[in-house]
Amino acid sequence: MIRPLALVGQGVTYAIFAAILGVFANGPAYAPAPPDQAQIVLSFTHGGKPAGECRERAADELAKLAPNMRRKLVCPRERVALLVELEVDGKILFRESLPPKGFAKDFPSNVHRRFVVAPGTHRIEARLRDSPRGEGFDYHGATEATLAPRQSLAVDFRAATGGFVFR
Amino acid sequence: MNAVRAPLRFLFEHAENLFDRIFGPRWNPFSCLGALGWYYFWIVCGTGLYLFIFFDTGVHEAYRSVEYMTHEQWYLAGVMRSLHRYASDAMVVMVVVHMLREFAFDRYRGARWYSWLTGIPTLWFLFAAGITGYWMVWDRLAQYIAIATSEWLDALPLFGEQIARNFASPAQLSDRFFTLMIFMHVAVPLVLLFIMWFHLQRVNYAKVNPARGLAIGTAAMLLVLSLVVPAMSQGPADLAQVPTPVKLDWYYLWVYPLIEATSPLFTWAVLVGGSFALMALPWVPPEKKVAAAVVNLESCNGCRRCATDCPFAAIRMGRRTDDRPFPEEPVVDPGLCVGCGICAGACPTAMPFRRMGELVAGIEIPDLTTAALRDKVEAASRGLRARPRILVFGCDHGAKVANFAAPGIAAVSLPCTGMLPPPFVDYILSRDLADGVVLTGCRNAHCRARLGVRWTEERIEGARDPALRARVPRDRLVRIWTSDKGAIAAELSAFAAQLAALKPAPSFPPADKRRVAEAAGERA
Repeated sequence: MIRPLALVGQGVTYAIFAAILGVFANGPAYAPAPPDQAQIVLSFTHGGKPAGECRERAADELAKLAPNMRRKLVCPRERVALLVELEVDGKILFRESLPPKGFAKDFPSNVHRRFVVAPGTHRIEARLRDSPRGEGFDYHGATEATLAPRQSLAVDFRAATGGFVFR
Repeated sequence: MNAVRAPLRFLFEHAENLFDRIFGPRWNPFSCLGALGWYYFWIVCGTGLYLFIFFDTGVHEAYRSVEYMTHEQWYLAGVMRSLHRYASDAMVVMVVVHMLREFAFDRYRGARWYSWLTGIPTLWFLFAAGITGYWMVWDRLAQYIAIATSEWLDALPLFGEQIARNFASPAQLSDRFFTLMIFMHVAVPLVLLFIMWFHLQRVNYAKVNPARGLAIGTAAMLLVLSLVVPAMSQGPADLAQVPTPVKLDWYYLWVYPLIEATSPLFTWAVLVGGSFALMALPWVPPEKKVAAAVVNLESCNGCRRCATDCPFAAIRMGRRTDDRPFPEEPVVDPGLCVGCGICAGACPTAMPFRRMGELVAGIEIPDLTTAALRDKVEAASRGLRARPRILVFGCDHGAKVANFAAPGIAAVSLPCTGMLPPPFVDYILSRDLADGVVLTGCRNAHCRARLGVRWTEERIEGARDPALRARVPRDRLVRIWTSDKGAIAAELSAFAAQLAALKPAPSFPPADKRRVAEAAGERA
């Protein structure tokens, strides 16, 4: 026989548990980024040029190889590190050397970074060096964008389509 | 470690006392935490199957299909969605409280290491299942989770190309991604189910269903919550917008603020390191090794009761190794035995009446053999100086029964009250060793050896072998299943008054005539 007071107690217990579930399943709200700011995302993958010169194998070198592996031109697997620069309104937000991935350093380098910027119009420039040259950049892209609060602008890089893409 | 466990244990004991009063021992949610976890898991599976019918995979279709379920078919699919969410949240609560409780009551070391160890990976799969579920809605919260999770994964040097690039701009996300997510959201809970099954492998009679009243109550609670606060999406995801602020489900998504506040690698270190630390707990420090039960083949008839009653699957029946005419004998796995002695309590050869030869039961705990227990009982009885004389049997893990000793009260503590063979009660009363017997131990359904209280109750009620003989006067026997010293003292006083009011105990006929008389009575 269930006592009426116990039934009330059970009801109260269920109500408290339901309230705890309901409250923390739907909040409190959390702001991972300031809602009154905009964002630029620098995100791309690109493989640098080979770190060394290609060379032709000599005849005796080729003869030592298995027939199916006798390729004349041999290039080093290692790629150069990329140098990436992101400038907003003349201020460098990001400048970093991105090493190639992989044990043999022959995988593309990649970057994915988020930057909080104030809403408004900005001049955004991106530069990339992917060759062994010591100075300067191989690619350069620039745009002027007006960003609203919470707007996100992606800066991508596509070598096949000519370089940086702002979208 | 005891300094950490003691306050937790204090909190649990008080909460459980309160819940015993509200729900009663059978419906007390604290005695069904694991079972409630299973129950919520099945609710999540059932509702998930229904939602799967209407869910559409695609960048825009996913959100639209969830919105259809929430608003147009709110009365069924919408309620199912809410039940799916709240049952998942309730499962997290149950799993975490279950884990804390096992820790507080020191039920994770020794032979129980396996259940503890296999419980830790369930946490990872539980959270992974929840996170992939939130991802599928593809609202602003899902967008945030997708970005934060992929960035978190990218911090590990495992992936050639960064996953987070998929969410950098709207052009980069493909419909096929949602096909992958639905696969993940089905596969991860399946692995979780497998680990949950694994988790129970060294437990006999695992409780995977809560008491019916509790199941109905908690289901009604979830339904009301689903109708009052239905689960809603937070606007469609838009990769050209920063998803901030978002309303988090803090049961599953608490890790994201931690990642943002620290760093992805730091969070990995905390969670992976924390998981390994938790897994190592049973050995920090290891439990003092108790002597495992031993089988005495010369007294064993291979009746299987010990193997049936062992709560930890430590006894299996093997082929007989002696020349006695029985097909099987119990084989004890010392690695699984917790030394509770429930097997000795189940043994039909643990007969204290036996005086011919040495008293050796078929299975015994070396630290307290049946003969030693009889000696202890007789010694305790000799110490009783006032009437009514009460012999109290307690459990080493419940209230300390020695504290109740008085001129008319003597106490015998056992590793588990389930270790006491029912013939001992008969022996004490029929040989006039005491006027009454009290059995006490852990709170009902909270037995440290899991089934000691249940088996004792069933043996006394005659529902389980070895059953207490019908001739034993039940008004001279009291069971008190609580660790509350005050409650035990009060029950003892009431029992003493009850015994004082009773007529003197009947004098039983000599053993040989008694059996004949009983048999005649049963036939009648």
